[in-house]
Amino acid sequence: MSSISNPATLFGLCGAALVGIGLFTVIVHPGLLRRIVGFNILGAGIFLIFGAVARRGAGAGFEGDPVPQAMVITGIVVAFSATALAVAMLQRLFDLTGRATLEPPAPEGRPGSET
Amino acid sequence: MSALANAPFYVTTSGGYLLVLAIILPAVAVLAMLLVPPRHVARIAFAVMAAGLAVALVIVAELVGTGMALAYVVGGWQPPLGLALRADGLSAAMLAMTAVVICATGLFARFHQCLEPETQDGRAATTFWPLLMAIWSALNAIFVGEDLFTLYVALELLTFAAVPLVCLDGRAETIAAALRYLMFALLGSLLYLLGAALLYGVFGALDIHSLSRLDGGAPAVTVALGLMIAGLLAKAALFPLHLWLPPAHAGAPAAASAVLSALVIKAPVFLILRLVLDVAPSSAGPLAGQIFIGQILIGQILAVLGASSILFCSVMAFRQQRLKLMIAYSTVAQIGYLFIVFPLAAGTETLPAWGTIAWTGGALQLVSHALAKAAMFMAAGAVAEAFGHDRISDLGGFGRILPISALAFGLAGLSLMGLPPSGGFIAKCLLLTAAVTGGHPWLAATILAGGLLAGGYVFRIVDRALATPAVELVARRPIPRRLEAVALVLALAAVGVGFVPLQPFGFLQLGRPAVSAMVAP
Repeated sequence: MSSISNPATLFGLCGAALVGIGLFTVIVHPGLLRRIVGFNILGAGIFLIFGAVARRGAGAGFEGDPVPQAMVITGIVVAFSATALAVAMLQRLFDLTGRATLEPPAPEGRPGSET
Repeated sequence: MSALANAPFYVTTSGGYLLVLAIILPAVAVLAMLLVPPRHVARIAFAVMAAGLAVALVIVAELVGTGMALAYVVGGWQPPLGLALRADGLSAAMLAMTAVVICATGLFARFHQCLEPETQDGRAATTFWPLLMAIWSALNAIFVGEDLFTLYVALELLTFAAVPLVCLDGRAETIAAALRYLMFALLGSLLYLLGAALLYGVFGALDIHSLSRLDGGAPAVTVALGLMIAGLLAKAALFPLHLWLPPAHAGAPAAASAVLSALVIKAPVFLILRLVLDVAPSSAGPLAGQIFIGQILIGQILAVLGASSILFCSVMAFRQQRLKLMIAYSTVAQIGYLFIVFPLAAGTETLPAWGTIAWTGGALQLVSHALAKAAMFMAAGAVAEAFGHDRISDLGGFGRILPISALAFGLAGLSLMGLPPSGGFIAKCLLLTAAVTGGHPWLAATILAGGLLAGGYVFRIVDRALATPAVELVARRPIPRRLEAVALVLALAAVGVGFVPLQPFGFLQLGRPAVSAMVAP
């Protein structure tokens, strides 16, 4: 049923590729900002998969299923909040310690707090 | 799609609005707290805690009274298009346990804040209350939610409320711990969401009841369940994904640690339980053999991880130099017991999973660990407050100055070790019996070894408490009795769970489909 030019298949594959890129970034990169961007790419991939599911109309058998779109909207809001929280905490960590990674696991007695 | 053909499964019952109240009340409190001046925030929290506790108890009473699950169909729209809330026996037990622990934590936090009147209305103290209420609302939503996407949103709300609690004091180490926690939690929830997307793609429905009635699409379902469970494991901090937990839970303020360790990590465990029990067997239709092998495999992987968790983290707990870190590692170890339930509670055609003793044991372990661990973190908080540090080696004889905290710690330890009489004893005894009779000698050995190791690390502290120190310990400041009493009450509750053996057995099965309905073609 699915040739590669079928839009649903194409979007699904793009979504899978984005999920892969995001997952790779999140797991491999030590820099927290890159990881946060990775989470956003991963999230975008998942939303694209939801979109492909909607286009296929798998669920209720409609032409295009509106339910996944509602989920994607909610998901975008959640992902936005998560990014905001993560960036705010990263900013705070950078202000306090001058580093933006978790790799050196907080050595004892580091002159950390300026405030 | 047989689910659509029958009469609707979800019908709003007479007490259904209580489920809405359980979620809405704390959420309204969060909003109200943003509007009032800081000194009134704690007052709102206490009013809502009293109301929320009453709601949870009424839900339990309603469930016992009617013998049926409570349900509420939001807006009258039937799933799969609408959303439903539903509380069966297990959910109601979780709601009640959550309410008790949250209320105790609230009292403890208030007494703790009263120690320093000048910061009582400060930022950290004021921020604590809306976060506590947000956690409560999200937990209640997870326990009664019936829709995998609703559960995703609730899980994220839980994360967003729990992460700031870790770094409430704003030190660099705690912010790093909180960020590490956030990274694991975000990865976990995105994997969960991906799994939900795949399930929706296959079935076009996300409510647990519809999913449990549908069949077919085996490979996609296996992948989806694998992704969701892996994501939830990262949030539940099961070995080897536990790395974020010890620094996060040990660095948080005592009241926050109690909530995080007792309740927050139980939510993903609860969801895994729902997925494995309600969604996975689901698909046991024409492809029964194939699915059952998949399910057994999932169960065995979870059990191996759980057993490694018990052994590895118990040893780590034993080796810690700081009291709060030790308790945090013990949390990971005790979570392991919840995962060895899966192969032990493997249901058969005539006996569903929730009819087995292992399942009752797992539920009891969940409740008794929540009570005991909250008590333990509070006792440790009192110790840290009194002496200004929590280095175990320098705490010799703390039992003379803080007898109530030492007693609370010891009683909570009984439950972790699984000594009678305590909730932990009943739970581990049931699990051990299930392991022996079910032919799982390695799991039985793990349960016994975990108990011995827990004994090791608990006695290490009890020994310190009773020791005669070379240099008399001096408390930095007097600790009010009522602060310590909260921990003692929770520890006594954990012991008390052991005095109602087999009573919850029936209660936990309320609202579950009867056996005959399960085997009907």
